[in-house]
This record gives sequence, structure tokens and C-alpha cells, in this order.
Amino acid sequence: MGYLEKIVKHVLEFTVNGEPVTVLVQPHEMLLAVLRDHLGLTGAKEGCGLGECGACTVLVDGVSVNSCLFPALEAEGALVTTIEGLMVDDGRLSPLQQAFVDHGAVQCGFCTPGMVMSAEALLAETPHPTEKQVRAGLAGNLCRCTGYNQIIEAVLAAGESSDSNPKPGNEPGKERP
Amino acid sequence: MTRDRELRYVGRPIPKMDAAQKVAGRAQYIQDLKKPGMLHGAIKYSDQVHARILSIDASRARKLPGVKAVLTGDDIPLIPIGFMKDNLALKKGKVRQYRDEVAAVAAINSEIAREAVDLIQVEYEPLPAVFDPEEALLPGAPLIHETDAKGGPNKSNRLKLPWNLVCGDVDAGRAASTHVVEDRFSTTWVAHCCLGASGCLAEFDLSGNLTMHSITQIPYLAQNDFGAFLAGLGLEGKNVRILSTTIGGGFGSKLDTHVYEFIAILLAHKTNKPVRMIFSREEEFLAQAPRQPTRIRIAQGCDQYGRLTFRDVDMILDNGAYTSWGATTPSVMMVPISSLYRVPNVRYKATCVYTNNLYSQAMRGYGNPQATFAIESITDQLAEAAGIDPLEFRLLNVNQPGEITPQRFRVTTCGLRECIEGVADKLGWAEHRKNPKKARGFGLGSLIHVGGGARVYKSDGHGMIMRVDDFGKVTVITGGVEIGQGLETIIAQVTAECVGVLPEDITVVKGDTSICPWDVGTHASRAAFVSGNAALAAGAKLKRKILELAGPMMRVDPKDLDLRDRMVFSTYDPEEAMPLDKVLRKAHFTAQGTVLTAEHFYDPPNEMLDKEFKGNLSCSYAYGATGVEVEVDEETGQVEILKYIAAHDVGRALNPLLLKGQVYGAALMGTGMALTEQLVLKDGKVQNDNFLDYKILTALDALPVEPILVEPVDEAGPYGAKGVGEPGCVPVAPAIANAIYDAVGVRIRDLPITPEKILAGLKKKRGGTL
Ligand code: FES
Ligand code: FES
Repeated sequence: MGYLEKIVKHVLEFTVNGEPVTVLVQPHEMLLAVLRDHLGLTGAKEGCGLGECGACTVLVDGVSVNSCLFPALEAEGALVTTIEGLMVDDGRLSPLQQAFVDHGAVQCGFCTPGMVMSAEALLAETPHPTEKQVRAGLAGNLCRCTGYNQIIEAVLAAGESSDSNPKPGNEPGKERP
Repeated sequence: MTRDRELRYVGRPIPKMDAAQKVAGRAQYIQDLKKPGMLHGAIKYSDQVHARILSIDASRARKLPGVKAVLTGDDIPLIPIGFMKDNLALKKGKVRQYRDEVAAVAAINSEIAREAVDLIQVEYEPLPAVFDPEEALLPGAPLIHETDAKGGPNKSNRLKLPWNLVCGDVDAGRAASTHVVEDRFSTTWVAHCCLGASGCLAEFDLSGNLTMHSITQIPYLAQNDFGAFLAGLGLEGKNVRILSTTIGGGFGSKLDTHVYEFIAILLAHKTNKPVRMIFSREEEFLAQAPRQPTRIRIAQGCDQYGRLTFRDVDMILDNGAYTSWGATTPSVMMVPISSLYRVPNVRYKATCVYTNNLYSQAMRGYGNPQATFAIESITDQLAEAAGIDPLEFRLLNVNQPGEITPQRFRVTTCGLRECIEGVADKLGWAEHRKNPKKARGFGLGSLIHVGGGARVYKSDGHGMIMRVDDFGKVTVITGGVEIGQGLETIIAQVTAECVGVLPEDITVVKGDTSICPWDVGTHASRAAFVSGNAALAAGAKLKRKILELAGPMMRVDPKDLDLRDRMVFSTYDPEEAMPLDKVLRKAHFTAQGTVLTAEHFYDPPNEMLDKEFKGNLSCSYAYGATGVEVEVDEETGQVEILKYIAAHDVGRALNPLLLKGQVYGAALMGTGMALTEQLVLKDGKVQNDNFLDYKILTALDALPVEPILVEPVDEAGPYGAKGVGEPGCVPVAPAIANAIYDAVGVRIRDLPITPEKILAGLKKKRGGTL
């Protein structure tokens, strides 16, 4: 039997970056594929598809997950935040994103969206992390370009200057539309 | 050349121009690119390592709904590809390595394409295989290629590519030596591990012209390779346009055109639809070519005072089953072999050998890290034999500005002494020598690398066009490739500086071979050097034109005008000024007006190596030294890097923020090569095709790198700069190996330096008892 004949699709409803969305997905599809292929949110990257590199990191109800291994149907009703949803309302980079730019934490940039989302989750939990905590928080995100030094600096700097910078959509329990 | 006045933008830590796009998730990588009607390509790889192809049955794949094309070697003309033209897009007759491409599919989505690939049945007749490059050289070894590219018979697996360098008289040097040390070293397959895996998108227009959306580091050489391929398909003389997407890491992995790209072209041609080919991570490990492994025999001697007398190196490179440009890395390995430290007599012979292993290619440093591992390890061994402190030994033999090396490199500036001394100072070398701590060790490694491009190809050129619009905004059109290193930003800084506008006035246009002028490629740490020099020259021309235009408008002799911060002004009376945009609009909105453009093709005064492999390969040489302090756990064999000092002679730091990024990244990549990274091949088959088993270092391993920038301002470089992209990873492995020896007395000669090797060494040292 060919691939085309065995497709079964389910309705999936969730909220992404504050917008409610409805998509038809197959049971085996992962959240990353739904974001990238169905919703055109290509900010999250596939670096391995195996849960080993973190390039696909997004937040589901405020928790960072490897979306390449997160079954899409499990996102039913959830609040999902991707890198596209991190900018502050007027289209400026968030302080964390800006810190990445300012500290030279971006080279080829392929790891960057996932790296930023992991850092976002870390800072939500630990607003003023130590260097050790930053390293641990980013341990699941591989980067081949930077040696991590400037990424760690950027996250530490964002942590130092973050007092009350609520970022859109990443607080669990934020009102659902 | 450098102006006396203070620099405004050059030398400043300006963030990368494309960082905001990337950090916002908006940069478009090849994986993000889609075209209407696009098909997805997939490749059927060989599951035999060396075998005759008896038959390929693709009938079931062809019948699968959603499949638009299935191709095998029998369906396409015979078009040899690759550096030695020893490869085919789809193999015919036999396979020579596990990754050999035997068939390809285009389908409406990638799942169908993969399913179709699995339905293809190939029947093979296995052939004897050879995996050890030294065994492959023995008489009677199975031949990987029975014939060469011209169809002549091959008698052996030795590539017809002799690398032989002889400077002075090595035998006399050896005879005159007081101390001689000889040893063997080896380096292994290291994967580039770009986070963005390989991919491309090929599409033809109705006239048969090809557009290739690509991540190559060599767009113009790729244009040439693809053009030749099209000719083989009967599309002689058609246009090839390379459009670069954002590139998810380079490190030398994209210095060749690759088989998957030719397959995408075949499928797009066959289906007349855009075809995208994207590697999975598994494929990236299995079917990308890693850094070439080397086996190195090295001897080195010195006189009674510790002055080097000779260096003799014999090297075997495991080419694998096909030949990439990586087979030319010995030309760059010659740089440290002939010219790291002052050594009067040098001999170097390198043999590239076909085996049934994965074919290999160049990686960051272009062979230099492999060669320097041997040189800097044996330098410590020789210092010990001579009873001289390794730091002192290096300083005794250090390169000097102005020297001409045995390979006829004309050294201009050389900050090696400052680098070594700076590293030793920061490490606390003297104190450590007085009071060594148990299981702690210090190690040094120095480097020389091409710093002003390298004439590996006949041209080392870089084309650039500048134009300026009504508003004084400058567009710089460059043939260079941004692979994350920050090329655009450097171009913007240099252009703003030399034209007299602000960095934010600069738009860099790149990545389109139909618009951007020719460039040989982003390799050899050359991008900032050549594009910076091109920008200086084109910028000077543009500025001259602007001032000539403004002269009559302002009634001032153009000679007496200057341009700074968007303002044209008289150098006698700065009050007499006119905004740049006004000058330009006047020029445009005038009958018989004019538009301003300038162009420059910069080809550095580098020499191609002559028949004896001598000549001034680069017009500027980069130097550096890395020093580490390690602690070795004698129970587990684990190595911890406590201090990491990286000193680099960079000529001038055009942008310290980006420069440090290169230094940090190269340090960790080099440390990976030293300690953890090895693509494990068992009888030609990759055993670790994922990030769990192939360990690149993580944020937990980030090094405490302290960079030292030495800036001797080299006349040849833009504002004095030298290349810096690769050097940082060159001396890392020997520095760490030397530190481990210093700590526990175990010398590791085979990379990577795993805990098991250290424990075995410790055991041997204790006389076999634990
Ligand atoms: S792509 Fe999900 S972890 Fe690598
Ligand atoms: S910036 Fe290239 S992988 Fe991190």
C-alpha cells in the first residue's frame, strides 16, 4: 500500500504565539513539523530530528521542549511559544534576543532560535542565573560555531538586566484567548 | 592604506549585521526554502562497501504514488565529477564505499521519497576491500579504481598527486644534530557537524538554465562544476546561477561540489520541477566527507644549543574512495612543516591513498591542525631530549619579522614571540616550573597559517562593486560568502571607514552569481582579508568620484575635499561643506547626469607554489600560540582544562567582538578534535551517526578562553588585518597533548586523546601494573 492511501488526520487546536490555530495533523507528526510545514513558522530549526541538538526548542506551556520529538497532538490546548513570538509587541527584539546580538552570540545562527528559547525558559525559572546554571540550562543545545562563550555571556547579561520583563506567551496559565 | 587619522568604525566591536534576523528566527536557511511545485529528493546509498552492481530493480519505487522520478546510473550519461574526476553522481559498475549513491528519487514529499528509496532493490557481488591506507599501498591490495580519469590503468591505490618538498639538506642537518627525536602520530576522521545539515534546491527554467539554491562556500567554482555537468547532460552553454541561502555552518565542508547536488540537478532536469534535497543528521554523518585522517612519521633535530637543524615528515592521507579538494591540503600542511620556527632543512612527503573508507575532505585549517599536532608534539619531545624548557626552546627558534623561510615564504610581520610570551605569562609558566602541582600540566602549541589568502587555485581573487544611491546609501556587491563569520559586517565597517559614511548606510549584497562579481571562495581564512582590501580599493575609487562631482558644485578643487560622516567638506575650511545626499541628487537630477559606481577585483600578490612546491603562498602569515593548563584524573583518565590562553597575531582586529567569536569557536572545535571527536569507522562503516555517539562539546565544556590579540599591523592587510578564521583550531591538540605529558608523563600520539588512551599510557608507565 502506498503512502497516499494510509493518511489519517486529526484536528489539532492550540495557541501559538498568542494566536489560536487549528491544523489537521497525522498521529505521528511532531510539533516541529506542524510549526514549520503547516504554520510556516520556520524559526525553529531541525538540527537532528532526534532530540539531541536543541535547535528545535520551543516552549509548550512555558516549558522548553525539543519539538522534533514532541508529538503534535500532545500540544492540544497548549500555549506554544516559538522564536517568532519572542519579540516585544512593537517588533523590537526582546532583551534576551538583543543580548545575543550585542554579545556576539550569533554566528551561523542555526542553533540560535533554539538556544534563545532554552535561555528564555531558564530565565523564566531562574531570573538571575549563575554561570553554572546557564551552562546547565543550555547543555542540551549544541552550537558548532561559537564555543558557547559569548552565548553564556549574553544570557548572563540578560539575566542581570532582567527585572520585570514579562515576555509574551511564555508564562504558564496566561489567559487563553 | 591606513590613514593617520583615527579610525571610526574599523576596530570597533560592532555586532554582526545579520544577527538580528537570525535571533528573530527570520533568516532563511536551505531547510526553510520552498518553491511552488517543488519535489523532494532522496538518495539510495550502497549497503556494500566494495562490490560490483549486478542489477538495480526500481520498478516498485517507480510505481509508488507520488513518485515523480527514479534514476539510477543506467539512466544518465556518464559524467565524471569531483576534483580528480573519479566520481559519478550515480554509480555505475561498482560501489567503493558504504555511502555510494546508487539511485535517487524525486517525490511529492520527503516521506514518499524515502519510502521509494527503500523499495529499490540492488543486487551486488562483493569484492575484497581495503580499509587501512598502508595496506592499500601494498602490492596485491584490492584496487579501488581500476582506471584513472583518463581511462588509463591504475596500478596502485596511490593517488597520482605527489607532494614532495625538499629544502636544504635534511641528511646533513640530521648528521649535524646533537639531539634527534623521531616519532609517529595519527589523526582521525572528524566530522564538520554544521548544525544546519547539507541541502540544495535545483530548478531549471524553460530554456534549460539552472538556478541552484545553495549553501556552498565556493559559488563560482560550483558554477563551473555544475556548468560542466550540464554540458554532459546535453545542456552545453546554459547559464548556471547560484543563489546562496543563509548557511548553517561551513568549516570547509562546502569547499567542494557534492554528489547530492549533482543528483538534485539530475532530478530537477528529469522532472522539470524544482527539486530540494535535504540531508537528515544521519545522512550528514554518513554521506558528508569528514576531515582527512593522517598518519605521520616525523623526525626533528637540534644542535647543542637547541637550535633546530632539520625536520623530516612523511605522511599518509586516507583519501577514502574518491578525491575531494581535500587532497590538496598537503599544500597548506607545508606551511607549518617548512616554516613553523626557523628550521633550515626540511623534507616533506605526502601520499594520498584510496581506500574503501568514506571519502574525506578539508576542514577548518586545511590540514594544518593535523600537521601541527605532529610538529608541536615532537617539538616538546625534542626540547626534553635537549634538556631545555619547552617555552625557552620555542623562543630560541621563534620566527622573526622579515625572514624568508626555507619554502621561500616572505614573512612580513610576525608576532609569534609576543604570542608565546603572552601565553606563558598569563599561564604562569615560570611559577609552574618552580612549583609544579601534582597531576597538573602546562602545554604550549604555536601556529603559522596563511593570513592573506593562499594561492591554492590559480586565482586568489575577489570581485566587488560599490554603488551609491540618492540618499548616500552605499550598496556593496561582493562575491564573498557569509558563513557566520561576519563577512558582511567587516565589509560594512571597512567601506564606511574608507568612503566616509556610517556602517548603517551600507547594504551588502551577496550570494547571487548573476549579480555579484567573481570570488574564488570562502576558505583559507581569506574572506575578511580579500574583501577588506577590495572594499578599500573600490571605496577609494568611489570616494574620488564623489569628490570630483562635488568639486564644481562647491567650487572647491576636489583635491581639497574630503568626505566624512556623510558630509563632503573642504579640508581647508571644514565649514565649507555639503551633505553627501545633496551632492548625489544633484548628480542624478541633471540633464546628462551621472550615477556613481566603482568596482575592484582584488587578487593578493600571493604566489602559486612552483614545481618544487616553493613560493610565497600568502602575502601575509598569521601566527599564534595556545597555552593550556590541564588536570588529569589518574583514576579515570579524564582531562580537565583549567586555563586556556589563545594568543593570535591578527595584524589588526577589524572587529574584536567577531574576532573573539572566531577564537572561541575555533578553540572549542580544536578541543573537540583533541579530546572527543572521532567518526568511528568499522570496515568502512560509520558506527556513530548521531550526536549522542559522536560527541561535539556542549555548553558544559565551554572553555575558559582568554584571548590575547597581538596587532603588528601588516601592510598587506586591510587596515593591517590578517585572516583569523581557522588559526584558532590549529595548535589546540598539541597544546593539550603536551600539557597531559607535563602532568602525568604520558605522551598521546593518536587523536583523539581519550581517557582510555591516557589510562593505558599510565599503566604502561607504571610497568604494566595498575
Ligand atoms: S532537531 Fe530537535 S533536538 Fe535536534
Ligand atoms: S551559531 Fe552556528 S551553530 Fe551556533
